[in-house]
Amino acid sequence: MTTNDQAVAAETRQPVVVVDGVDIIYKVYASGKRANKWNAGGSKQTLREVHAVKNVSFTVYQGETIGIIGTNGSGKSSLLRSVAGLTQPTNGAVYASARPVLLGVGAVLMPSLSGEKNIMLGGLAMGYSKKETAELAPAITEFAGLEEFIDLPMRTYSSGMSARLRFAIAASRNHDILIIDEALSVGDQQFRKRSEARMREMRDTAGTVFLVSHSIKSILDTCSRVIWLEKGVLKMDGDPLEVCKAYNRYTGVTSTED
Amino acid sequence: MNKAEYAASHGLKRVGARPPFFSYLGEVWRRRVFAWTLSTYTSEAANARTRLGRWWLILLPTIQAGTYGLIFGLILGSNRPHNFLAFLFTGVFLFSFMSGAFQSGASSIVGNAGLVRSLSFPRILLPLSSVIQQFINLWAQLALLLVTLLITAFDFSNLTWQNPIDLDWALFPVVVLLMVMFCSGLAMIAARINSQARDLGKLIPFITRIAFYVSGVFFSLETVLAAWPTALAIFEFNPFYDFIQLSRGLLVAGYEPSAKLWLLCIGWAVIMPIIGSLYFWKAEEVYGRDD
Repeated sequence: MTTNDQAVAAETRQPVVVVDGVDIIYKVYASGKRANKWNAGGSKQTLREVHAVKNVSFTVYQGETIGIIGTNGSGKSSLLRSVAGLTQPTNGAVYASARPVLLGVGAVLMPSLSGEKNIMLGGLAMGYSKKETAELAPAITEFAGLEEFIDLPMRTYSSGMSARLRFAIAASRNHDILIIDEALSVGDQQFRKRSEARMREMRDTAGTVFLVSHSIKSILDTCSRVIWLEKGVLKMDGDPLEVCKAYNRYTGVTSTED
Repeated sequence: MNKAEYAASHGLKRVGARPPFFSYLGEVWRRRVFAWTLSTYTSEAANARTRLGRWWLILLPTIQAGTYGLIFGLILGSNRPHNFLAFLFTGVFLFSFMSGAFQSGASSIVGNAGLVRSLSFPRILLPLSSVIQQFINLWAQLALLLVTLLITAFDFSNLTWQNPIDLDWALFPVVVLLMVMFCSGLAMIAARINSQARDLGKLIPFITRIAFYVSGVFFSLETVLAAWPTALAIFEFNPFYDFIQLSRGLLVAGYEPSAKLWLLCIGWAVIMPIIGSLYFWKAEEVYGRDD
């Protein structure tokens, strides 16, 4: 797409999410041997800066389903956490028409509580009333396929089971903007089909969906546009087939170099 | 037109932007059920893996009171304050509520990282929920305190009450309310400091211990500091002491609530939530960053 095309498109289409020059820099303590005047006495702590996302900009329009691909550690999750407003970008900003809801694999709610109670807490935190959540609970349980285990604490669930429950909680209502971070890759074949159908349904009811996945197949099945991040830089953005082809070529090349 | 103007022209808002203070409070009020539910669930879960389960709510304060009663009763000997058991239990239970609110408030953001990272809601609900959780624990302690007060006030020689239940008792719920307000503010401040400088977590045990010894939990500050009126005047600004001493004045035979204590408690209960919520809200955008 040329800049001219983009300008034309921008006039006619309604933007939903605008990512404007987002930089995310983490400051972390790493144990390293390098000494400086602060830790010369034998302490091994040094402050390191990790530049996870580098000046990424893009605009998402109504009705699009965006796939995000990239190798491990390429900044996908960091970027989406800032789209969801859970991490403030170091520079730049994200604008959205509604509050995006993030659903990630790492997101453990309350491991010591039962699935039922996690459904209740999740629903309340998303802003539903107790009554509404209680009415939704059976459908959520059924969608997650956890009828037998819903009264057990979540710490006893397998990673696939808890991912299914989290997806079911977030997908229980139509969100204007939903971000799914590799949530489906842990589910089994049966659940994957059910959740992909639900995602298409949400996309059709004018919701915008972001999907991070390592499965090129499920990206091609559900997404209308693909963004490829590599080492924090936006490498490619456009038609799913083209971007995935280029990505496959890239990963193929790096693996032969390895 | 730059991107920010383009976004604004289509009605898009910056994600994660801190809302104005009063709409923030409005949002907190709308999600109050979340804070309440979280605290009852956490409270249940805390005892779920023990054999005695919910009984710990009443067992723990009983053991606590018994231990302190035995140790300080023996150590202090004839220096025990008047009406010692009622004096001590009021001090121990109210202090454990306030220090509990401080400790669990401090860990409310850090300890609920899973919730903070996966769901967006006003973060101030977490320290508030930790105060509610302490309040749930306080009920069992208050019941135990009531029993102690009734027993110690009963004169077994002629089977009458020494200190009849009077109007002062009716005012005690007001003190509890003021104390909860004060603790909410305290928990919010502790939550923000600890989430930005985990160092506070290391100091908490010492802070609580010092507070325990300077708040007149098991001895009378007035007696100990009788020779130093200036020091006593300074110690009287200690909010822990104020709430404990005012409650004693209302509940325990032989102690009177002073107007000064009332004013101090009301002052703490008004000032702390205001400072606490403003201070906490200021950093709303940065909670949950894994720096």
